[in-house]
Amino acid sequence: MSDAEVKKPAARGGRNLELPEHLKAYKGVWVFIEHDRGEAHSVSWELLGEGRKLADTLGVSLSGVIMGGPDEPLDAIAKEAYSFGAEACYIVRDPVLKGYRNEPFTKGMTDLVNKYQPEIVLLGATTMGRDLAGSVATTLATGLTADCTELRIDPATRALAATRPTFGGSLLCTIMTLAYRPQMATVRPRVMRMPDSDTSRSGTVIEDSLGMIETDIVTKLLDFIADENSNKVNLAYADIIVSGGKGLKTPDNFKLIWDLAKVLGAEVGATRPVVQSGWVDAERQVGQTGKTVRPKLYIAAGISGAIQHRVGMEGADVIVAINTDANAPIFDFAHHGIVGNAMQVLPVLTDTFREHIALRSRKAA
Amino acid sequence: MHIVVCIKQVPDSAQIRVHPVTNTIMRQGVPAIVNPYDLFALEEALRLKDKFGGKVTMLCMGPPQAEDALKKCISFGADDAVLVTDRSFAGADTLATSYALAAAIRQIGKEQKVDIVFTGKQTIDGDTAQVGPGIAKRLGLQLLTYVSRIADLDLEKDTITVERRAEGGVQVLQTAVPCLITMLEGTNEMRFAPLENMIHAARYPVRKWNKEAAGIEDVTKIGLKGSPTVVSKVFGPTPRAEKALMQSVEDATPRDVSLNVIQKIFTQHPTLERDILAKASV
Ligand SMILES: Cc1cc2nc3c(=O)[nH]c(=O)nc-3n(C[C@H](O)[C@H](O)[C@H](O)COP(=O)(O)OP(=O)(O)OC[C@H]3O[C@@H](n4cnc5c(N)ncnc54)[C@H](O)[C@@H]3O)c2cc1C
Ligand SMILES: Cc1cc2nc3c(=O)[nH]c(=O)nc-3n(C[C@H](O)[C@H](O)[C@H](O)COP(=O)(O)OP(=O)(O)OC[C@H]3O[C@@H](n4cnc5c(N)ncnc54)[C@H](O)[C@@H]3O)c2cc1C
Repeated sequence: MSDAEVKKPAARGGRNLELPEHLKAYKGVWVFIEHDRGEAHSVSWELLGEGRKLADTLGVSLSGVIMGGPDEPLDAIAKEAYSFGAEACYIVRDPVLKGYRNEPFTKGMTDLVNKYQPEIVLLGATTMGRDLAGSVATTLATGLTADCTELRIDPATRALAATRPTFGGSLLCTIMTLAYRPQMATVRPRVMRMPDSDTSRSGTVIEDSLGMIETDIVTKLLDFIADENSNKVNLAYADIIVSGGKGLKTPDNFKLIWDLAKVLGAEVGATRPVVQSGWVDAERQVGQTGKTVRPKLYIAAGISGAIQHRVGMEGADVIVAINTDANAPIFDFAHHGIVGNAMQVLPVLTDTFREHIALRSRKAA
Repeated sequence: MHIVVCIKQVPDSAQIRVHPVTNTIMRQGVPAIVNPYDLFALEEALRLKDKFGGKVTMLCMGPPQAEDALKKCISFGADDAVLVTDRSFAGADTLATSYALAAAIRQIGKEQKVDIVFTGKQTIDGDTAQVGPGIAKRLGLQLLTYVSRIADLDLEKDTITVERRAEGGVQVLQTAVPCLITMLEGTNEMRFAPLENMIHAARYPVRKWNKEAAGIEDVTKIGLKGSPTVVSKVFGPTPRAEKALMQSVEDATPRDVSLNVIQKIFTQHPTLERDILAKASV
């Protein structure tokens, strides 16, 4: 399918689509660097990778925005940001910025944008990024495009062309903010590739103050209950994932997925019907309403390959699919297809992997 | 206590089909439903009403047919419903939507002061999760997103304590009412509507407000005109050029098929084999 319905943005309904003169001064690409308990969220580095390409196309600079408390390692995070391609970091350090709260972060970000006027602001589509992005875009009265899967510069207008899936991935739409600045967008973790890090790169710090005191802020952070590590499933960042679908028929058969995952040191994923049947926890769902994953290897057994599942996993380097139906949609985008009964193939595949690994480990030793 | 719950009427996406040739959405015959995420907001509001008394007012912006979605909510136990409907709202993005909804909530507040505004986490069609934060900013309400539990509400002191889903954990936040809560999914279960409620709902006169009644002050801020985002292109996903390398257990033993696949992926991706060897537990 090609670009069937191409509509040139037209000034419909009396709306102005030209960038007003006073907004032309907005220059540069910004990435909001999200961090928590001393560590930056990888989505911020993925965004710096994309931001770098946008900035290079436009011939402008790329900067990170870091907000946090005075006892948080903001300078170390800035250093890391340089290694992923930022040329500068705007740092706002204030006791009220320790632990995310909407009010002080919205003020910090909005004030920085008004003062330094970037043309593009990117944020991770996390619970923090979405909370902040929606608030900042409303306060600045500008456009915000959610959950983008592709960011480009439109050559004709030099505007950000942000593409996002709609209707569960069966269609894509490209959205632009033409007459307002900055142009804002959020991107889900793992949708973009992690850029290479180069620790020899350096950058400049621009410190700014928040101008808010604790008594100005109505919402108080009473406590943070960290998720227990034991149940923490890091599916989004797993290198290898073995996933099972409804084709496995019973929760008992689904154990074959765990067996293979154990041999490969992999995480276990699943389709939505599997989660809905209670065979595995919701955190393991891959797809539009679950996690987006980008592993090096994705093994899918008994999965039909519906578009809502596909959008969450097609970024995998290698996809191996096992399905009884040679015409299952999953074979349209898998790299290796095995037509067969998963209950028969999985145990053999697991044994074969185990033997292969044992053999190679012995050779290496 | 007065609670406003915002709901959107959406096409039942399970039944949405895309025309394979024209790449347009085939809406004919697709039933419209209450955005499923919004039912968690409604149920939470009804539970607060059960506990503290008061009134739950539903609010929706949409075409005249969206009245059905509001009636559905009346059948679950909401007290009143307002449909903000006017041609000039068409084509709104999230910025223009939050402007219109905020204006309507101000009007509702003139009748009776509003303590809590609820929205769903996101919709299943636009799917941006931007409208809740937008309304909160416009009304100057404290914003509590991704709330998984309301731990405490003290109407004497006007304080509320909630648990909020964050990355890697749960934040316990305390704030003042009035506030806006976006409710996380799976946090409660919608009650059944008793038969007498359904009859009441079917006859319920949903209030319909045009832009004047909704208190819109600046018509350049609503609908397409008030929307900074421009949809420039709609297209189908590009299919991958080559199909999978296929093998079948009908032509070879599962063992041979497995050996073959393992050999192929490791030859093509040597680093993958290294990674697996490094961490595999045999
Ligand atoms: C709004 C919305 C959001 C959604 N979000 C998601 C999401 O995030 N993630 C998601 O996964 N889905 C999602 N879905 C559901 C999605 O549309 C599909 O229904 C789902 O992905 C199908 O799951 P499945 O492949 O496990 O099951 P099925 O579609 O039932 O497929 C089972 C497959 O197993 C094969 N099979 C049968 N027996 C065997 C056997 N013995 N050995 C091997 N293969 C066998 C069959 O040929 C078939 O291809 C969403 C749907 C909607 C409407
Ligand atoms: C495919 C598609 C993609 C889109 N992408 C964007 C985009 O990237 N940026 C953008 O600004 N707009 C976008 N829009 C427009 C956007 O969907 C509309 O502005 C819509 O009116 C509200 O946004 P939402 O559906 O994303 O709601 P969300 O922000 O996801 O909704 C959150 C909550 O707000 C409440 N709510 C939302 N809409 C209403 C309503 N009409 N009446 C009452 N309560 C409501 C509900 O409680 C809902 O659970 C898109 C629309 C479509 C169809």
